[in-house]
Amino acid sequence: MLSGTAALPSELWAEIAALGWTGVAVPEQYGGSDIGFEALCLLCEEVGRTLAPIPFLSSSMAMQAILMAGAPDEQDRWLATLADGSSIGTLAIFERSGDPAPDAISARVIDSRLDGVKIAVPDGTAADLAIVAAKQADDEIGLFVVALDHPSVSRRSMANIDGMRPQAELRFSATPCARLTGGVDGWNGVEALLAKAAVLTAFEQIGGAQACLDMACDYAVKRMAFGRAIGSFQAIKHKLARLFIAIELARSNASYGAWAATQSDRGQLLEAAACARISASEAFEQSATENIQTHGGIGYTWESDCHLFHRRAKLLAVNLGSTGYWSRVLADLVIPASDREANHGF
Amino acid sequence: MDFEDTATEAAFRAEVRHFLEANATRRQAGQAESEQLDVQASRAWQARKAQAGLAGILIPTEFGGRGGLPIEQVIYDQEEAQFRTPPGRLFMITFGMCIPTMIEFARPEDGKRHARAAIQGDEVWCQLFSEPAGGSDLAALRTRAERQGDEWIVNGQKIWTSYAHHSDYGLLLARTDFDAPKHGGLTAFFVDMKSPGIEVRPIKQIDGSSHFNEVFLTDVVIPDTQRLGAVGDGWKVALFTLMNERVAVGRVDGPDFAMLVAGLRDVERDGRPALAHPTVRDWLARSYVLSAGQQHTMSRVVTALSKGRQPGPEASVLKLVGARQLIDTAATMLDFMGPAGAISDVDERSDGYFQDLFLRATGERIAGGTEEIMLNVLAERVLKLPGDMRADKGIPFRTIGTQAAAGGRP
Repeated sequence: MLSGTAALPSELWAEIAALGWTGVAVPEQYGGSDIGFEALCLLCEEVGRTLAPIPFLSSSMAMQAILMAGAPDEQDRWLATLADGSSIGTLAIFERSGDPAPDAISARVIDSRLDGVKIAVPDGTAADLAIVAAKQADDEIGLFVVALDHPSVSRRSMANIDGMRPQAELRFSATPCARLTGGVDGWNGVEALLAKAAVLTAFEQIGGAQACLDMACDYAVKRMAFGRAIGSFQAIKHKLARLFIAIELARSNASYGAWAATQSDRGQLLEAAACARISASEAFEQSATENIQTHGGIGYTWESDCHLFHRRAKLLAVNLGSTGYWSRVLADLVIPASDREANHGF
Repeated sequence: MDFEDTATEAAFRAEVRHFLEANATRRQAGQAESEQLDVQASRAWQARKAQAGLAGILIPTEFGGRGGLPIEQVIYDQEEAQFRTPPGRLFMITFGMCIPTMIEFARPEDGKRHARAAIQGDEVWCQLFSEPAGGSDLAALRTRAERQGDEWIVNGQKIWTSYAHHSDYGLLLARTDFDAPKHGGLTAFFVDMKSPGIEVRPIKQIDGSSHFNEVFLTDVVIPDTQRLGAVGDGWKVALFTLMNERVAVGRVDGPDFAMLVAGLRDVERDGRPALAHPTVRDWLARSYVLSAGQQHTMSRVVTALSKGRQPGPEASVLKLVGARQLIDTAATMLDFMGPAGAISDVDERSDGYFQDLFLRATGERIAGGTEEIMLNVLAERVLKLPGDMRADKGIPFRTIGTQAAAGGRP
């Protein structure tokens, strides 16, 4: 499975879908249970805790995009099958190295036909549709929904540090697409979508971080050295207590993000998402690294599960833009505009 | 998690805000507050709150308090923080630790008398716990209380006693049995700070101010009626007091985000305004994330209180995070100022706030439980990790080693 080319574990996916997980934040008219965004967040946390190799986050992000910005006919076309798990969706935003930026988007849509190449598309080989960021004839950026079964789409599975979350390159060549017209236009719309994705991802990160801390604590209680459990040494217990602190701060920020995602204030959502993302990325990366360290040599082996979390932690910390990117987003929001103007000219 | 008040909470918040609007002025964002403690003003402010029924919110009505809910105390604190009022810290130990302990362990008539007096601002209390031999290791204390009939004679020394020099009464923890194991030989009392034999010497602190003291006790006489709990049960009383301390000292006061921005407004870095510099902006954003994390953690605590539940272990992270952040904030702000960072009076607009904070902040990781002890508590109580090996358990107190091995470092 770590090779990154394994097929979707369809039994697990079918079971998750049958339990209603995929439709939890989708209105009842499309077959969802409409329990809400916060319930979706908790499910993401569970997926993160168990490292479930399913496209839950990817498909959820696509559903959020269609719910946020899809015209009624696009919602009619896609939401029912996404909600019952028979279709899988994903986001295709990025094209090259470097953090998210409008200038980094070259994909172009002319007359409802898409040309371009997207990389690091999560679950891109299994997905049935992608939400693609692309420029139009007037250079304005928009979000487009693209059916990936069209013969003009070619896909390549990309080698990836976390093979359990496959990444793909998607090539579009005059591929039919439909613009999501109901949301915010331009790069602001992409940012709003990334913000919702960041909140969902934060919960997956917190689930993963908590799993690492639980593993490390279990091991620290069982593992003896110098005649005592290693968890009795302050070098270990203080390290683990600090992880607990990082996780709880991230949980608090993410909870606020989940609430802000259901409000209508875009600035508030962006600010909350940036806080959630930065603290959750750091909490998961620290937890994954220190989990290996607490396990010592065994944590460095293939047979231990420690490395699976280490891989996932880094993938999730970069896949929506680095913490540095989100720090810049946040600084632009919270440092007063009168001071931001001093930024001009640099 | 809830980010909005219930109807009852909103009504209480309105009552508090009405009182504050009528009796105090609003704080300006980005403006530093004076750290000076005016004892008379603090006592007068306490009395004014009492008149409005907003003092002793958590104290039961039969003890003269409001008999309110923890959520109401939180709401009051949130609102008062937005106004310029005499610092509440003079009474922090009184209400955070001493009065709850009196209500729990003193004779009911004493509990009532002192709770009422404190609520009115007539009594300030201190906590005579720490000693030169026992800070983090509180149960190592050596102050001796010997029974003589209906009285106890106390000899010893306390240290780090906040506001002892302004206090009317103190909670005292003393050793009544040197042959019992460490935690089993302690007994708790309350004592009139004007008793003969009590001498209070202020300690000059790192920033030149004096909030805490050494307290010397020489043949101090305490009636047995002022004993709290059974003889030998002092540790149980102390744990009750300290449990309240966690709540009382849990929050760390520091500069808000607007003050950081204001402090950097006139600073240049690499030939451009510091607020336009990527390094500074990244640090500010990360500071914002940390503050937001604490604020929303507080919301989780408040939500639990609002629903009548005990807050979970997340409450214990606030002091640890806040103290570290305070030190980092002061040190980094001085760094950003460059050579002027070490100067408190660069020009007439300087208030030296961050220079003072740089000194003051170092105490936050020590006071109210050191960072190291709090990490131990977190690891052992929440993460269920085993305790450290100890050399002081199950043996008579007088046989516990007090000197490091001879020879010392080579």
